[in-house]
Amino acid sequence: MTQPVSPPRDTAGKIPPVGRLTPWRALPARADVRTLSLLGVLAALVVIGGITKPDEFLDTRNLQLVLTQASVIGVVTVGMTFVITSGGIDLSVGAIVALASVWATTVATQEYGFAGILFTAMLVGLGCGLVNGLLIAYGGMVPFIATLAMLASARGLALQITDGRTQIVSIDSVLKLGERDSYVLGIPPLVLVFALVTIAGWLALNRTTFGRRSVAVGGNAEAARLAGIDVRRQRLYLYLLSGLCCGIAAFLLIVLSGSGQNTNGNLYELDAIAAAIIGGTLLSGGRGTITGSVLGVLIFTTITNIFALNNLQSDVQQIAKGAIIVAAVLVQRRTASTN
Amino acid sequence: MAQEPPLLSMSGIAKSFPGVRALDGVDLDVQAGEVHCLLGQNGAGKSTLIKVLAGAHQPDEGTISWRGEPVTLRSPIAAMRLGIATIYQELDLVEHLSVAENVHLGHEPTTAGFVVRGRTARTSTAALLKRLGHPEIDPARLVGELSAAQQQIVSMARALSHDVRLIVMDEPSAALDPDEVDNLFRIVADLTADGVAVVYISHRLEEIRRIGDRVTVLKDGRAVAGGLPAKTTPTRDVVALMTGRNVEYVFPERPEREPDAEPVLRVRGLARDGEFDPLDLDLRPGEIVGLAGLVGSGRSEILETIYGARRPTAGSVSVDGRTLRPGSVRSAVGAGLGLAPEERKAQALLMLESVTRNVSVSSLSRFSWAGWVDRRAERGAARAAVRELSLRPDNPEVPVRTLSGGNQQKAVLARWLLRGCRVLLLDEPTRGVDVGARAELYAVVRRLADDGLAVLLVSSEVPEVLGLADRVLVLREGRVVHTAPARELDEHRVLDLVMEGTPAS
Repeated sequence: MTQPVSPPRDTAGKIPPVGRLTPWRALPARADVRTLSLLGVLAALVVIGGITKPDEFLDTRNLQLVLTQASVIGVVTVGMTFVITSGGIDLSVGAIVALASVWATTVATQEYGFAGILFTAMLVGLGCGLVNGLLIAYGGMVPFIATLAMLASARGLALQITDGRTQIVSIDSVLKLGERDSYVLGIPPLVLVFALVTIAGWLALNRTTFGRRSVAVGGNAEAARLAGIDVRRQRLYLYLLSGLCCGIAAFLLIVLSGSGQNTNGNLYELDAIAAAIIGGTLLSGGRGTITGSVLGVLIFTTITNIFALNNLQSDVQQIAKGAIIVAAVLVQRRTASTN
Repeated sequence: MAQEPPLLSMSGIAKSFPGVRALDGVDLDVQAGEVHCLLGQNGAGKSTLIKVLAGAHQPDEGTISWRGEPVTLRSPIAAMRLGIATIYQELDLVEHLSVAENVHLGHEPTTAGFVVRGRTARTSTAALLKRLGHPEIDPARLVGELSAAQQQIVSMARALSHDVRLIVMDEPSAALDPDEVDNLFRIVADLTADGVAVVYISHRLEEIRRIGDRVTVLKDGRAVAGGLPAKTTPTRDVVALMTGRNVEYVFPERPEREPDAEPVLRVRGLARDGEFDPLDLDLRPGEIVGLAGLVGSGRSEILETIYGARRPTAGSVSVDGRTLRPGSVRSAVGAGLGLAPEERKAQALLMLESVTRNVSVSSLSRFSWAGWVDRRAERGAARAAVRELSLRPDNPEVPVRTLSGGNQQKAVLARWLLRGCRVLLLDEPTRGVDVGARAELYAVVRRLADDGLAVLLVSSEVPEVLGLADRVLVLREGRVVHTAPARELDEHRVLDLVMEGTPAS
């Protein structure tokens, strides 16, 4: 184990210069092309928004709103990106957000103030993630089924807790976070949390052993196992991470809406999966990009905003979202096959 | 034969993929009733050529004639309609369907156009299987329950269920035992007697000698020789055409001294019910021990059980006196074991990742602090390991999927080299590695052993075991029937042992 690699022998003769340009050198550029095209779409949307509703769309308050809305689903998407990269799926994210948001806003929890709400939301998220992870990693259940079961039960439990009522938050320090005078340099605190989660997620995926192992498990679980990676433990951690992200998102939602409801986070799973996929994360696992996922979230949120400003109904929005998913994946297949 | 137009004539076939010219003007003539062998190293263009022939790829240039008429093979269905069937190396059967359903997939016998007549399908399937010499395969069984060899027979039955004039077989013998190979050759002979043409792809030159009529050699997307007589062209010439070098199997020299160090690996009474009987084995540093046996003799199972990938029903494995947790790969890897598995792509490699990341995956903790990967150290160490093994290309940042089979195997070895492993388990290390690259791989393994590694080698190619190993354990039906230094054995002796189990005098 401690035996080091001996220095390279001179068997290969002359070694060609390292930095030379080969076709493979273009590979990182391919990822850049994807990021650039997503940025292009986002820029085009901003232009469209600016043209159709010049005064309202480009207003600072509106942009702050868009980013705030993106923050909640964005945090969920960061967790989802890890799960999908590892070859799994988490259908329960929306339901976990709902359960965490109502559990954290019960009268009993609110007695513990700000910290009570924050930690309850995160603990509920972690707890649900733990159940998902145990069922999948050690119970051998298919992620789709295990998280589908969690979706149903977490929503049911959320309804049971609230009895369908909206739970108003009465903690001033929580509510204050959503108000304008706590903005930092014009940036809402919720957006800062989103930014932090994004940066942490990017670093975790690209710079840590945790990220490497997630990619390895998603790329080839059997190879990962035979390479000595504890695949089951890694899977458990991944669903815990997704659950934690849901808990954080639930807290953001509580701040944003000043309440907890059992209908929170409805269809978040689909939005998060869609954002990750158009961002370039492979649904089959083995490749994931946090940057792409965040751009995907921003694109979807901007579309929703532009449509709302132009008084288009949500049915039109849904159709547009569907079309964008199809277009994005088709374009990616194209660029992938020409490389 | 001369006045009759060839059954198939391909001329000037060119096909480019982005960045690669896979085929660069290939000509191929195939006569009815002949076995036409296609030889070439990995990457020479064999797969692309047969995919063009199967209608799966469209050529950029060139013409294809079928019985003298120019044709365009727009799709696999178009090729099938003409009577061209392809049996790919990676079998394309549906595991959850029965044998009969697989054989008739896409052209099921029906009543009123949609009600499948299962009995008819089963009867005709049984007839086909009988013709293929495997009447024991039940057409009603699920394909997933069959052995690899039986699945190949089913694949062949599927090809024959069409009115086939030409069958392409891509390395059909790779997963077969000697007696099954004999059966395969009998089938090929029957087919050609009926006037069916066979395009046969294999790495094994001796097979081409036995059944081939003519040989076309591909190199770098070109046919460097077309229609050579298969039986009389000297091996040396064929190898030279394929590689541009005059080498065949060249084994490194064994060290003169016997390894006398304490065994690093001790296996005591290790067994798995139904797979192999209790096994004792000592492996010393610097020693290469070979396991010879047929497919199904328990070779791979033994390796995987030692490695902890399978849980033993009895016995123990210890490294340097420390007993491993049974059935735990992590315990084995932690103690210094490394496995280069049989199915490289499925069991070892992360195909989407670079060579560096494939090499470093088992040693990440060495390059990380509190989970933080030091990528510079990682790249440096991966580069050193890759150079140590002369892996090509020299740049470890390339995706591992762009490497040839031999270099992919080196990437797996580099992973364990970097881990500082003490015992290397090699399962079919040269499968899918072309002839030219094998000698180099053998040299690498011997050098690692000379540097103090203990190596346990499994191979279905007896010359490989005899040439590379110091000591050989001969397995038959899960039992060690003979142990001897490799230099006291020869191929005949081992084959006798493997088949009969009796140590012939």
